Amino acid sequence: MSETHAQTVAYVRDSMLPPQPPPMRSSGAVLWLRANLFSGPVNILLTLIGLGILWLIFDTLWPWLSHSVWNAGSIRECRQIVSETYGPEANGACFAVIRARWHQFVLGFYPQEFYWRPILAFGLLFLALAPLLFGASVRARRIVLAIATVLTVLSAAMLDTGLAVLAGMTALMLAWSALIDARPGRALLASLLYPFAGVWLLWGGSLWGPVMVLAGFGVGLAVWRVAARFGMLAVAAGAAAAALWWWLVSAPLAGLLAGAVPLRLVPVTSDQFGGFVLSITIGIAGIALSLPIGIVLALARRSDMPVVKMLAVMFIEFIRGVPLIALLFVASLLLNYFLPPGTSFDIVLRVIIMVTLFSAAYVAEVIRGGLAALPRGQYEAADALGLDYWKAQRLIILPQALKISIPGIVSTFIGMFKDTTLVVFVGLFDPLKAMSDTVRASFEWKGAYWEPYFFVGAIFFVLCFGMSRYSMHLERRLKRGNR
Amino acid sequence: MKKSVLFGSVAAVVLAASGAMAAEGDTLNEVKTRGVLNCGVNTGLVGFAAPDANGNWSGFDVAFCKALAAAVLGDGEKVKYVPLTGQTRFTALSSGEVDILARNSTWTFQRDTDLKLDFIGVNYYDGQGFMVRKDQRVTSAKELNGASICIQTGTTTELNLADYFKANNMEYRPVNIDSNAEGEQQYLARACDAYTTDVSGLAATRAAFADPENHIILPEIVSKEPLGPAVRHGDNNWGDIARWTLYALVAAEEYGVTSANIDELAKSSGNPEVQRLLGATDELGTMIGLDAAWAVRAIKAGGNYGEIFAKTIGEETPIGLARGLNAQWTQGGLLYAMPFR
Repeated sequence: MSETHAQTVAYVRDSMLPPQPPPMRSSGAVLWLRANLFSGPVNILLTLIGLGILWLIFDTLWPWLSHSVWNAGSIRECRQIVSETYGPEANGACFAVIRARWHQFVLGFYPQEFYWRPILAFGLLFLALAPLLFGASVRARRIVLAIATVLTVLSAAMLDTGLAVLAGMTALMLAWSALIDARPGRALLASLLYPFAGVWLLWGGSLWGPVMVLAGFGVGLAVWRVAARFGMLAVAAGAAAAALWWWLVSAPLAGLLAGAVPLRLVPVTSDQFGGFVLSITIGIAGIALSLPIGIVLALARRSDMPVVKMLAVMFIEFIRGVPLIALLFVASLLLNYFLPPGTSFDIVLRVIIMVTLFSAAYVAEVIRGGLAALPRGQYEAADALGLDYWKAQRLIILPQALKISIPGIVSTFIGMFKDTTLVVFVGLFDPLKAMSDTVRASFEWKGAYWEPYFFVGAIFFVLCFGMSRYSMHLERRLKRGNR
Repeated sequence: MKKSVLFGSVAAVVLAASGAMAAEGDTLNEVKTRGVLNCGVNTGLVGFAAPDANGNWSGFDVAFCKALAAAVLGDGEKVKYVPLTGQTRFTALSSGEVDILARNSTWTFQRDTDLKLDFIGVNYYDGQGFMVRKDQRVTSAKELNGASICIQTGTTTELNLADYFKANNMEYRPVNIDSNAEGEQQYLARACDAYTTDVSGLAATRAAFADPENHIILPEIVSKEPLGPAVRHGDNNWGDIARWTLYALVAAEEYGVTSANIDELAKSSGNPEVQRLLGATDELGTMIGLDAAWAVRAIKAGGNYGEIFAKTIGEETPIGLARGLNAQWTQGGLLYAMPFR
């Protein structure tokens, strides 16, 4: 005001007032609180109730967590330490049980000298997935590759892995990372090899077994290519050739090769699997297998061919109508009576098959939703371009339908991954219940009830949250202008 | 201990349907060819079967597996432990997944006949009891009228409980739980006034409490729970081997043969029964398809019955079970090995 010039026109001001902050009640935290938490009597009540509940949770958990003991030989020692440090009435968590037994929650009864194998398999999984999942962003891919390699080697080193193995692991992961970085297209082929490498690392045995299985695919593909030139029945011929290969040639040839060049890891049987190794193995295999099966089922259900459609409907409705536990019981108990005595059909494999079928039915329905959401014009456009059915699906329909279905698919997968803990009912050692009960069965840790749940729950949260974040990343990346 | 009635009957139906064709025959030869004994054990029961941090199993039931493996294969470590839940145990045995089931299973009529199992003996005489907090001032199970009781569902302990309360004209409110760990937690959180399961389980649970002195196990035992190893119907020789291995452990205690003095006694014992047991005179082992020193190996694997008991669940261990019914018949217990002759 002081700088208003008297000699100019009286009612024109030529200098601005300095800006004032907005009033307290309409900005910043207070505004946010008023608008979101205390905007009316109902909201005020709800907020207060919410705060009360939060306080209750905090008040119960905090003393327990803050009095936790990490260094003790048994739960009685824990209790003693807590009562000596915080007074006789204090209650504290005994996370010493996690410190003593964490490797069983994570790796089950896997032989300790081979801990590097599941770790390497898990690390390689990210390398195999990187070109698939992070195809568009070089930066994101590099970050994933670097983190996966460093963490894998570090955790293997912390678990007393031999120096030679460690060097081999590092070299392998660096070489593969370099390949992915330089030639992402080629790296996709390497990713196709991952399932065989993963199975070999986890279960061990002769390398020639998985190689022969792989060769079967090669034989089938070659026969298909040749037969396709002569027209008829190329697919059937290829499948028959592959089947013949697996049935007749592969076993003797694998034996022969193993005799000549014995490349083998010490076998680890399925009953030694447990904890997160088991959950993740079943989860990953189920996810990887159920997506393609689900797509095929969804297409079949929308097919014009009545038999195909009917079979798909029957399969999906049957699987969705039966609880997963019932399927698992069938896999573990009933199958033994149908198979000839003496055949040992691996229990983990049986469970993987059942979990895959189960989640495929759900994925199929989710994808069918995506297919139904596409405007009719897209189908007609594909027809107008003169594309045949498969080309139309591959180039026009599925990319759009899958994009729409991403949240549904991922949440099916997250649900399925958590459902892997149900294998406890068929006598496998899931991390949540079976492993916790087993650890509590040793007298030192009997009575440690909540601590294992905390630990296992935290790991599950990290894994599932990761999947969820990835799905959001994918949605953002695929977002086109048509939204 | 955990007796799943539901799954027992499912198993029975399935078995009947398939005519029990699975895996009959020469178990002894199978085990010898395989080189390892498949032993079905509990997925984890304090004192009876539990793996340590390195995955090595130990416990009262596990010790029997070791003794049997030592008798048959010559090495007590040649055992593959197959952890079985209450639901899967009998099917696993009848489908041939395990050679013997040493999983604290109660010997009952239905299991012995309908499920086509052969219980080869009793290695632990248990019974169902109740645990209550001292401040409730209850001194007898008869005073539990109207109480809420934590009970594992689908087990015969559940049926026993119902029988007992009905017989005594009392009422109770069941609080259903799924596992021992859960039962402990509910009981400690005062969700139930009393916790019932087998007395051995109650003792182990109480010993692990922060304040064991504030809880008592009531004197009433409301059921008989003879726990024993079981084999499949149809292979009597294998059943004989398992049965007499158990008797060998019991007899060894009766005659004072321990893992410490067994080598000496095998050479120089004056007791003819001991001589026969240890293969010094008669070749009893050859009659069941083994060799003369089978019992020596079985006893050496983990000691005689008394040594095993003391090491795994006895009074010196934290679990602290007294011998009680599980003492030798000469000491007022029920253990009575048939004569080795």
